Amino acid sequence: MEDCLAKKMEITVSEAEKRTGRNAMNMQETYTAYLIETRAIESQNEGQCSPVDSLWRRYSEFELLRNYLLVTYPHIVVPPLPEKRADFVWHKLSADNMDPDFVERRRIGLENFLLRVASHPVLCQDKVFYSFLTQEGGWKEMVNETGFQLKADSRLKALNATFRVKNPDKRFTELKHYGDELQSVISHLLRVRARVADRLYGVYKVHGNYGRVFSEWSAIEKEMGDGLQSAGHHMDVYAASIDDILEEEEHYADQLKEYLFYAEALRAVCRKHELMQYDLEMAAQDLTSKKQQCEELATGTVRTFSLKGMTSKLFGQETPEQREAKIKVLEEQIQEGEEQLKSKNLEGRDFVKSAWADIERFKEQKNHDLKEALISYAVMQISMCKKSHGLSPGIRQQWLRGAWCWGPKEELQGSADEQRLHT
Amino acid sequence: MEAEGRVPGPTLPPAGGGGPEPLAGSPGVARAPPLTAPAEVLEFDDEEDDLEVFSKDPSLAEANSFSPSMPISPSSMINQYKFEDEPELKDLFITVDDPESHITAIETFITYRVVTKPLPEKFVMKGMVERFSDEFIETRRKALHKFLNRIADHPTLTFNEDFKIFLTAQAWELSSHKKQGPGLLSRMGQTVRAVASSVRGGVKNRPEMFTEMNDYVETFSHKINVLDKIAHRIYKEEREYFNEMKEYGPIHTLWSASEEDIADSLKGVASCIDKCCKATEKRMAGLSENLLPIIHEYVLYSEILMGVLKRRDQIQSELDSKVDALANKKADKDLFSEEIGKLEDKVECANNALKADWDRWKQNMQYDMRSAFTSVADNNLRYYEEVIGIVFHGPLFVAFGHFTTFWLLVTVTEKKPQKRQMNYLPWHTVEWLLNPEEGRGGREKSPEQKNESDQKPHETSVEERKPVVTPMGTDSYKWL
Repeated sequence: MEDCLAKKMEITVSEAEKRTGRNAMNMQETYTAYLIETRAIESQNEGQCSPVDSLWRRYSEFELLRNYLLVTYPHIVVPPLPEKRADFVWHKLSADNMDPDFVERRRIGLENFLLRVASHPVLCQDKVFYSFLTQEGGWKEMVNETGFQLKADSRLKALNATFRVKNPDKRFTELKHYGDELQSVISHLLRVRARVADRLYGVYKVHGNYGRVFSEWSAIEKEMGDGLQSAGHHMDVYAASIDDILEEEEHYADQLKEYLFYAEALRAVCRKHELMQYDLEMAAQDLTSKKQQCEELATGTVRTFSLKGMTSKLFGQETPEQREAKIKVLEEQIQEGEEQLKSKNLEGRDFVKSAWADIERFKEQKNHDLKEALISYAVMQISMCKKSHGLSPGIRQQWLRGAWCWGPKEELQGSADEQRLHT
Repeated sequence: MEAEGRVPGPTLPPAGGGGPEPLAGSPGVARAPPLTAPAEVLEFDDEEDDLEVFSKDPSLAEANSFSPSMPISPSSMINQYKFEDEPELKDLFITVDDPESHITAIETFITYRVVTKPLPEKFVMKGMVERFSDEFIETRRKALHKFLNRIADHPTLTFNEDFKIFLTAQAWELSSHKKQGPGLLSRMGQTVRAVASSVRGGVKNRPEMFTEMNDYVETFSHKINVLDKIAHRIYKEEREYFNEMKEYGPIHTLWSASEEDIADSLKGVASCIDKCCKATEKRMAGLSENLLPIIHEYVLYSEILMGVLKRRDQIQSELDSKVDALANKKADKDLFSEEIGKLEDKVECANNALKADWDRWKQNMQYDMRSAFTSVADNNLRYYEEVIGIVFHGPLFVAFGHFTTFWLLVTVTEKKPQKRQMNYLPWHTVEWLLNPEEGRGGREKSPEQKNESDQKPHETSVEERKPVVTPMGTDSYKWL
């Protein structure tokens, strides 16, 4: 963390703006552009502000950046982007990408993404990332020139490897399972949370109807009129309070979503390992079979059934010269193969080492962040209760207002309770 | 049997709904076949001895121990009402035994005019089985108890002969007495006539006071019905909220199984959520016990009031028509004068009785409404306090240490983000936590913090979402 970019540079995504333009197919489209502002951090001196650099980027450029990072640093758990479309929506939130609340939350998510990358010991040193932040024009071309898209592993290849690999590092297999579990449990949690939010919203909003009825009712009452009016007003305030409460909760949901997407990044690293391991195993297998072939040719024995054996039986043995030539070729291939195997082995071991180091770093970050998120969620609940609790005495008060005439029954224990409330 | 519909009119209990049936002396007649009839029920039907035993046993729990879903015969249920009611009532009544000699003269007036309290409505629900649930029995018992008490408190009704008999007679005496009075149907007929006559055309000489009353009752009736709907809707939404919350806690427990470091925190959250669930349940129970019955009662009241006013109008219109007839010299003068005299008395008595009772009713209504809503507010207060307690003293904070929590929050607030960033605690909740003793409003803010609050981030592009309750048309309540 010593030299990471975040320490040297202040990065913010400060604004979002709707734009229209022409896309690749020359059709009109609307999109949102985000303003990235960067400023070099001076060592703590008064008021010395270095100039702020800024440029606009849209979401697809962020995606491009991330894809580049994924391919270039396959052993790193690359921070995720905020969701492309609004998911886990509950009643009130619109699923529209142009919705101001959604855009705002996305802005925050994008800023968070940049900060995460900038504070990562490895990723922050990447040139492409740096120019993403600082170079307005020509960045896209620069990225494409790196040719990273060619280096990307095909999905099919990766899938194949996952099924066929024989000896992956157990830790990665476990990690993959953990990633699966994490993803599934967080999705479930977010879904239920959305439903709970929906219901809570309903409870509060229906209370708002009280406000209207009380106000209408107060018109026909003499003694009760004032009390009803203010009680109604309090109901309106109560009903309105849910909007802020749920907006806060959305931020908590966003924190969880980040780790939902992180789970996918985890799995990507595991997949890469499996792919490399599979490659290694295939290379080793190939080498072994070539060695075997060589041996067979050299000794003339056919140990196992092979096409060579068949054809030689059918068409007669080949000439010694031919055999020599073949052996020569094979020996060359074997040598190549052994070198390749060695380097692949090394690659694999390096990968495992560096990937695991990053995974450990990630685990610590995850534990810290999630704990903080949970605590902040608890604090939020307390705050929400305090808010609503603060309203209730007011509501209660209105019903006890002295303007009413007392009924024939004994007085309510009003005074005792009131004192309790106001201490 | 309980096949009779709800009686909105002012006729007294013996003919009214839910009245006690003759004891299981005639079980064959009294029993209504349950809609769901598991095999066990048939067994019981055959063993009348067992039925007798159950009918005398006031504790429902034992009866249900045979088969929780088995409906017990209605007659045995009714007896349970009586058994449970009597001890309570006997304690409270003082004046019932005082028979007044002029009762019989007033009695007929009473049955026509004075406001009687609504009977708890018969439970109209999907399955018969539900009628015999503990909760319902308890609710109904309370309502009937209240009903009888109200009559007892009423200055006029309390002296009513029928009422006295209702309380003191044995079941078999009651049925014979019931047969003496004018039948239910004839009384209902009078109500129908009264309604019909007022529909035909308003009363000409209705004093202004009663016109005002009429207007009031109409508006009140409308409002109370809306209130009823709102209260029920709130209950329903809270119930749904509770149902979802039940699922919310266990997910955290499930998650904790995959984690190591944060497993405890997750379990802490899970247990907090579960406790909050229970608190929610309590709150809902409070709502259904305190508010819903009272509002519902007043819904019925408003109907009764309308009926009473109409009846008064009917009497007046009788008088008016006779006066008109006299004026047109359509019949024998003397006879009419006498009749008119009587009717005039009747009208005057009715008006006075109604006026007195009206004031009394209004006072009661205000008191009842006030106590109902106050108790709901109290309930809510308790609920929020409880939740705060649960979360704050829950395992999440305790494991973390309250002091450490505060320290963490303080260090976080020092960053004072201009715009909200991820993974920072919301600044204003933190601020609150640092000042836990101050209530809302009147909080002493440091100048720094004051600036903070003024700069609360709010993008101009974000629209203000106004609460949807705006007075629009007459019937456009939201969420109903």
